[in-house]
Amino acid sequence: MNIQTPAPIPVTVLTGYLGAGKTTLLNRILTGDHGKKYAVIVNEFGEIGIDNDLIVESDEEIYEMNNGCVCCTVRGDLIRVVQGLTRRAGRFDAIIVETTGLADPVPVAQTFFMDDDVRTKTQLDAVIALVDAKHLPLRLKDSPEAEDQIAFADVVLINKSDLVSAEELSAIETTVRKINPSANIHRTERSSVDLDKILDRGAFDLARAIETDPHFLDQGEAEHGHPDHECGPGCDHHHHDHDHDHAHHHHDHDHDHDHEHHHHGDDKLSADKHDTSVKSISLRAGQLDPNKFFPWIQKTTQMDGPNILRLKGIIALNDDDDRYVVQGIHMIIEGDHNRPWKENEPRESRIVFIGRDLDAERLERTFKACEA
Amino acid sequence: MPTHAPLDLDDHCITARFIQDVPYFALASGEIHRLDHGHHMSEQHDGLLCATPAQDDKTLISAGEDGKVMSLDKDGTSSELANIGHKWITALAAGPQQSVGFASGRKAHIRLKNGTIREFEEERSIEGLAFAPKGMRVAFARYNGVSLHWVNNQTAPVNLVWDGAHIDVTFSPDGRFVVTSMQENALHGWKIDGKSSDDTRHMRMSGYPAKVKSMSWSAKGKWLASSGAPAAIVWPFSGKDGPMGKAPLELGTRGDTMVTCVDCHPTEDVVAIGYADGMIIAARFEDSKEALLRRGGNSAITSMHWNKDGRLLAFGSESGECGVIDIAG
Repeated sequence: MNIQTPAPIPVTVLTGYLGAGKTTLLNRILTGDHGKKYAVIVNEFGEIGIDNDLIVESDEEIYEMNNGCVCCTVRGDLIRVVQGLTRRAGRFDAIIVETTGLADPVPVAQTFFMDDDVRTKTQLDAVIALVDAKHLPLRLKDSPEAEDQIAFADVVLINKSDLVSAEELSAIETTVRKINPSANIHRTERSSVDLDKILDRGAFDLARAIETDPHFLDQGEAEHGHPDHECGPGCDHHHHDHDHDHAHHHHDHDHDHDHEHHHHGDDKLSADKHDTSVKSISLRAGQLDPNKFFPWIQKTTQMDGPNILRLKGIIALNDDDDRYVVQGIHMIIEGDHNRPWKENEPRESRIVFIGRDLDAERLERTFKACEA
Repeated sequence: MPTHAPLDLDDHCITARFIQDVPYFALASGEIHRLDHGHHMSEQHDGLLCATPAQDDKTLISAGEDGKVMSLDKDGTSSELANIGHKWITALAAGPQQSVGFASGRKAHIRLKNGTIREFEEERSIEGLAFAPKGMRVAFARYNGVSLHWVNNQTAPVNLVWDGAHIDVTFSPDGRFVVTSMQENALHGWKIDGKSSDDTRHMRMSGYPAKVKSMSWSAKGKWLASSGAPAAIVWPFSGKDGPMGKAPLELGTRGDTMVTCVDCHPTEDVVAIGYADGMIIAARFEDSKEALLRRGGNSAITSMHWNKDGRLLAFGSESGECGVIDIAG
């Protein structure tokens, strides 16, 4: 007897501050000529001027799991609504969850890992953060949520890019990149983006994200060679963060790019940028001993879980011909073998932590200690 | 050997029940099918989320994605009991004197026989709703506990506190206990007869590998059967402190699948157990003896109920395989 297991329904989570353009993007998705039907979970029907019986209103309901772990939170309303939707799954192809401006994306994402029913029926496709290019510097100053949303995203749309100068725009992009080196970034006007770039991406599926973006996790250092890299007075701080990684790069790049950015009087922007409290730490090592790596990642996520927003890694395990990919949210970690290492690929391990108050020195030292 | 009359429908079965011995099958699409000298179907909702028989056993009450509460009687007559607009109604219970309780988000509504609707608001979403066996009293399951309200009284509700998300609630048939199922794979109980000291009021029933989605009280309320494990977990409630300090029975244990649905027999200490692979058995509490009622199917059993005399069992599954089992053959 066969038990039917239909393919999991992809779920896209849309975050972004009030006024960043979420509703506009949602309307584009719902009216787009893509032949797909989306069920949308919103907090309020609000301005979505579209008559669609698949728009469901739900009260944001954050449940802390009664297991002693403060970061184990889920969205109770999503569990209820997603369960209801999936019972009549034939009606639509994918689910979009729109969150409120101040919403914490973490419980939303964790719902798709921590609730068994939701996990078996759906698959988190990507977390998309919309940011308003004009107001981002201010937002980062006055609300940690804005920073969290970027830190947590797989895809960041820098919207209203037509309302700022080219310099401001590249400064914004650098800020975003600094908070989250592994996100795909797109610049948009009026939330207009090729929907293929944001939907059905499998961005949360790390193995797939790596296949579609070969430079995934490379950004940490690509940043310094990136044409958009913003250097200037503020860069000292920036370099500090990464000193141990690539100290030898710094001076060249400083000088190369100085002339591009120095003279625009963006002092305010630069200052704002460094208010960010979220840091990303990119680590590199050779082949790892699985008997050291797995206890290490367990212990690290147990210890630092509350401070880790996301972690993503590609690991070369000793005596293993397959790449091992791992990702996490707070204390939840998931890992799996991905594909065989290619012949010309260096067998090295890379991991990125995005979070607050992370001890870079300790993480690096202990990660290195896992080498075979 | 039991005989088995299948009814293959095409949609997730939310509730399989008997109304005056007529089997009703309420589907997620909003269709309600019934087998009464032939197969009848009524479209009650655009999306049905919950259904339950009225206490007088005359109608099946249902609620849905369309914000409506409907009733359907044996003749196929359908009436609208309430309409709150485009909001999902996710919890429903039938009360005494033809009252109906339903909840959407943080609001609950109790509709009385004369059509009056009383509204209750909680600070957190109302996930489950149950009427007490005596008196017009309701329990709302919500985050961090349960609220007990007298429907016709303005008195402050009784607040039963326990940290965590409570997703469903039930009263024991004698009204001495309130039990909830929780998001974190556990049941929690409170003794509410007011005779015990504080430290015996709480009952923690944990150890389930999955969420408990089905609970059923045995005849006279001596036992509470539950899903959420590879066996039906049956807690003893006959003692004065309920299941405290006692181990539950584990009936119908299987190594390869999970129990998704339970329904206790109306007169005997026997429980029907439905599994994730569509199998249904009946198991006796006394000696754990099992009888196979259905070999299996395409999907998990989502709802099961005995008829009044306990000879027929109606069932439904996730993929719409429904039917009636006659245990006398």
